[in-house]
Formats: sequence, C-alpha cells, structure tokens
Amino acid sequence: MTTVTHNEAREELAHKALRFLTAGSVDDGKSTLIGRLLFDSRAILADQLDALEKRAAGAPIDLSLLTDGLEAEREQGITIDVAYRYFATKTRKFIIADAPGHEQYTRNMVTAAAGSDAAVVLVDITKIDWKASPVPLLAQTRRHSLLAHLLRVPNIVFAINKLDAIEQDTETAFNNVKASLEAFAAQAGIDSKGVIPVSALRGDNVTTPSANWPWYKGPTLLQVLEELPPSDERHDGALLHPVQYVTRDSVGEGEASASGTGHQYRAFWGRIAHGAVKAGDEVQMFPSGQTAIVAEVRHSALVVDSCEAGQSAGIVLDRQVDVSRGDWIHTPGSIKPTDSFTATLAWLDTEPAVVGRKYWVRHGNRWVQARITSIDNRLDIHTLEDRDAGELAVNEIGRVQIQTQQPLPVEPYLDNRVGGALIVVDPTTNRTSGALLVKAA
Amino acid sequence: MTDVNQLLADVDHRHLDALEEEAIFILREVAASFERPGLLFSSGKDSCVVLHLAEKAFKMKNAEGKLEGKLPFPLVHVDTGHNFPEVIEFRERRVKEIGERLIVAHMEDSIKRGTVRLAHPLESRNGHQTVTLLEAIEDNRFDCLIGGARRDEEKARAKERIFSHRDSFGQWQPKEQRPELWNLFNTRIKPGEHFRAFPISNWTELDVWLYIARENIPLPNIYFKHPRQVMRRKGLLVPLTDVTPALEGETIETVDVRFRTVGDMTCTCPVESDAANPADIVAETLHVTVSERGATRMDDRTSEASMERRKKEGYF
Repeated sequence: MTTVTHNEAREELAHKALRFLTAGSVDDGKSTLIGRLLFDSRAILADQLDALEKRAAGAPIDLSLLTDGLEAEREQGITIDVAYRYFATKTRKFIIADAPGHEQYTRNMVTAAAGSDAAVVLVDITKIDWKASPVPLLAQTRRHSLLAHLLRVPNIVFAINKLDAIEQDTETAFNNVKASLEAFAAQAGIDSKGVIPVSALRGDNVTTPSANWPWYKGPTLLQVLEELPPSDERHDGALLHPVQYVTRDSVGEGEASASGTGHQYRAFWGRIAHGAVKAGDEVQMFPSGQTAIVAEVRHSALVVDSCEAGQSAGIVLDRQVDVSRGDWIHTPGSIKPTDSFTATLAWLDTEPAVVGRKYWVRHGNRWVQARITSIDNRLDIHTLEDRDAGELAVNEIGRVQIQTQQPLPVEPYLDNRVGGALIVVDPTTNRTSGALLVKAA
Repeated sequence: MTDVNQLLADVDHRHLDALEEEAIFILREVAASFERPGLLFSSGKDSCVVLHLAEKAFKMKNAEGKLEGKLPFPLVHVDTGHNFPEVIEFRERRVKEIGERLIVAHMEDSIKRGTVRLAHPLESRNGHQTVTLLEAIEDNRFDCLIGGARRDEEKARAKERIFSHRDSFGQWQPKEQRPELWNLFNTRIKPGEHFRAFPISNWTELDVWLYIARENIPLPNIYFKHPRQVMRRKGLLVPLTDVTPALEGETIETVDVRFRTVGDMTCTCPVESDAANPADIVAETLHVTVSERGATRMDDRTSEASMERRKKEGYF
C-alpha cells in the first residue's frame, strides 16, 4: 500500500467494528445481557467459564460476572465502571462498552456513549407497572436514552428485558411498554431502531429467536446490531484538520522532495475532522490566518496521494508558516471562530458547575481557559421540560453560555463531533468535570 | 505450514487499518502531551506491535523501504533477571537494528537496595516488577509510560481507560477514573503523578497476530514451535529452567511448544503447538478454547482479583 485513494479509504471506514454501549438502570440485566451475547457467540473461553462455574458451586452460572471485573463490583453486585468487551459474528465485529446504571456513575455512562455508534437501552419490565396506561418509564431509562441521544449516538435500540418473569400476557406487557417507549422516543426526537423483547437470563431473542414468545415476529437483538452502520465521518466539504503533533524531518533536507527547498520542513499531524486533503490544495492556518499550498500528504510512514476525514494525516506545506499543536489547518475562509457560544453541558463532577469560575476546556488539540457565563436551564429528565437553573449539579444536563479566552473554530455538534465537542476540566483537581456539546456559535 | 499470503488475502484489512489508525493517534498524543514519556518494551508480542506502530507514527519510509527518523521517547524494560535468554538476545538485537535508546531497570538493583525482598530465592518475580517499575519512573522522571496492555486480556484491564491516570504512588484508582470522552484526552497532571497510555487497548489477541502476520513484525523465536523440556503441573506445561526446576516425582518430557505470552520465567508457561509462523498461530487462535492468561500464567490464577490488586499497587 503506497497510496490510499478516496474510494478505498471510504470503504475502509464503512467497515469498522460497531461500537455500542448498553445502558439502563441498576439490575436491569445489562451485564447479564452482555454475558449472554459473549456466551452465545462463543467469545467465552473454557478457563473463564471454569472460574464462573466454580463460583456458582452447582447453581446456574451468573453471566454478569463475566464483565464485572472489579472487586468492589463483585462485592456490591453492581457495575461501577465501563468495561470494554469484544466479540465477532460471521458478518460483523463488535466492541461493547458495558456502562454502569447507577446514577452516581453517570459520568462513566457518558464516557461509554461518547465513542459509540449505537446504544442498547435495557428496560426491566419487572420494575414498571406495565398494566398502567400510559406505562410510566423509569427515570434512568429516560436519562440514559436522552444522554445517548444528546451525545449523538446515532442508533438507539430498546430491549425489554426479564419478560420471562411475567407468566401471562407477555404480549400485552411488551406492547404496552413498547408504546410508551415509542411515545417517549418521538417526544424526545429519538429515532428508535427497534424495540425487542428479550430474556438475557434465558437467551430469548438475544442471538436466537425465542420459542417462548411466538407472537414476536421481529429480529433478534443481534440481528438488529449486525445491520446498524458505524458512524461515518464526513469526507465531503471543507477541510478541517486539527494539528495534534508536529515533526521536523531530520533527514531528506535538500533532497528530491516536494518541499526540500533548503529549509528544514515540518509535517503537521492530526486526525482530519472533515473533508480531505491532497498535494496542491491551498490551505489556511488558524489562528495565524496565513495561507500556504500543501506540498505533500503523509500517512503511516508513507507519502500518499490524499487523506480524508478519520485518517491521521501529515501535512507538509510549501512554505514556513506559524503552526503548532492546537492550531487548525483548513480550507481558506471555511471557519468562523468565536469566543462565545451556546452549548449543552453534561456535568460529571461532584462539585457543581460554578458560573464565572475559570475552567480549562479542550477543543480539538487546544487547551484554553473558559467560563460559564450563564446556565440558562436544566433538563428535567422526568418531564423532558426545561427548568430554570442557577447551577448544575453532578449528573445534570443543561443549556449554558460559554465564553473562551481565545476564539475557537467551533461548529454545531450535530454537524460534526470533532468541531462541536469540548471537555471541561477543573483547574484545581484536574478532574474531567463536564462534556460540552456546541449548539450554536 | 499455513500460507501467510493466502491468510492475508482472506482477512478484512479495514478493521486492522482502523485499529492502526487509532493506535497511531494515541502514540502521537503521548508524544505531544508529555515531557518525558517512555515506551515499555518487554520484547513480548504486544510491545513488539506497539514498537512497530510507534515507528509508523514517527518515522518515514525512504526509497529503499527503510524507516528513517527517531522515536520521541526511549524504550524501557523492567528486567526481572529471570527472562528467557532468547528474549534478552532478541531485545538487544532489535534495539540495535532500529537504533533507539533502551533503558533497562534491573530488579537485581531493587533487591540490592532492599526495596524488593524475596520470600525465597525462587519466588516468582512478576509481582515485584511494580517496585522496580515505579523506581524507574521516579529515577527517569517519566510522566507517561506507553504499554501494550489489551482490554481483552483480563477483566480488570477491560475496565481501564486508554489514558490511565496514576497518583503520586503510581496507583490506579479504579473508582476515580477520569471520564474519557471522544478523543479529547485529559492528560493534565500534578507533579509526581503520571499516566499509563495503552494504544492497543481495543485489539484482541487475534488482531495482534493478524497484524504481526500482515506487517511482518519480528518476534522472539520462542513464540513459534520449538522443542522444550517441560513438566506437566496443574494443567500447565512448566518449562524446565534454573528457576523452575522439576519437583519431586515429576517427569521431564520434551514437547513441541510455543509461548503465547512472554513474561518472567518463574510464571510463564508455553502451550503445545505446531505453529511455526504467525499465520499458523492465527489459525490456532481461531480455534483456541483457553484464554491467553489462563493457558500460560501461573500467578494470575491465585485469585480472581490478583491483576486488579497488582494494578492498584502500580503494576502496568
């Protein structure tokens, strides 16, 4: 492979492993569901099964123990932190982020959601009054669906679990909860990719169709997952290239190279946010505003024809310009830097968000100081209504106004995850305190 | 022997390309974010893969196909003094070939200093590596160490972030992990603290072998089929060495084996195998029924939480 063409690269990215997270309340059976997926797809090896059988001491094995890997988790029987698991079927590779359900660990759920292409939200039917009309959903079901939706996890699938615990009227129970979930999804603007009745414990409709519920004619959970697309980067439009790392060539100076024009030349490496780049393109630097022509594009130790969104490109320019880590290389005139914008803030820190305090924020590869100038509202996860808010406490989500110490080329998160995402870091503790998703500049 | 070319023709390279892309991004992030990083290099297959990825991230191929340039960090090896001789030989040869700097932290020095005390001379030195590693971090003032750990290896590893924060005692605090959002890694540290960074977190054992086959990555020869004197003990093949002698009543046999992992001699066992090249190993791995650690490690079996406990103490 000496050159990478656009078409080949596009195909490459279309076949990435599907990354999905499981969400839902405590004891809804997330870990058991994952255990079931791994077990049924034969991703569990004999010695791992052995360990479970020993623990079970004759009783049926507890599949949830496959993922609860920390001592404290086993002690308390809950999932505290995200665990990543891997399995493959004949047609697809999967990476599961097993996220905790406890409200106090929402930050880890947010961590899992930020990198995922899909979310499986588990609903424990034994915890809700499915005979009521409409069926009231649990707060955590709403919270997790909304968080996944806010973080733009593109595909959300609902799995109604523990249906095996209901002796009669399973079909009615499923249909009632399904109607409630669909109404909630419609109200919240969530494009549901399916509602599936499952028993993680028994394995119904996880990887094989249930023989117990013949009334269900739909796909299994695995079938739905196998067909979901991984999120794709935008290869079209203007180039936006965050400069991550700069290398200075120690060899080749003055030799036959596009840029060997007597000065020591540099390559600006970074993962392209959107667009593509090839030799000969005119580009502009942010913040210096200087322009230059791309002399050479590099990728993984090679000079290539071009690179596009999602790939780490090394851009060599035809002249000396002022560029360092944190800067951006872009199509001339294509960005609108601003030092104040509106954003959704998911607060993850036990110390509440303080209006006016200086925080560090990271956008692309740049760290700048920033302050929250106002908290406009807070989302009520029960009613989905906006409430007035003076502050945001841990696990709350609200709309805020942000002011940064320097202008940044932010973009709405809905258009681009790279241009629209920032993290907020507490300058005293260095904790990652919040996730910012740009609404509008 | 399995034909490497045939195997590679059948593989979906897009998945490997995506994993490579992610790993290279992480390696550059380390080089850009930290002042004094280092790359842990044990000569094991995972660290050989990480070294290869680092070369791709920081070097350029010249017209002769040779990589030019220098890595922006040294290689670091915690040497327990109980390494397989083939591995040390490989380490020396490889480091010379690529022209990089190697820092070796010797456990013997920790023993001399008294910071490591062995309960008996043949005790497994694997757990004690933490002390020597933390001493090396302090001596060299490393602020980030790159490791080849994978989340599919073990349950505690599956929980760890790609950029894993360690406090001033080098400890991992599983309940206090920083959220890891998008690729916006929070690498801010206070003096005395450091990070561990894991570029191949998302790779599986099979991915590693496919990548070794595809990229033709050199490995110590004990990864491939060779005859070795072993004793059968508790379902494992214990290699006959100076530090792992035969116990009374045990029979010494010569068996065709290969190693799935390479670690301290006192706790690493080979598996029976005919696999003579990476493609053979891929074929074997597809049908394997025992996990990497289950098949090869004497010490991880002692307790379900042994890895987690060691990591909390500062193990990598």
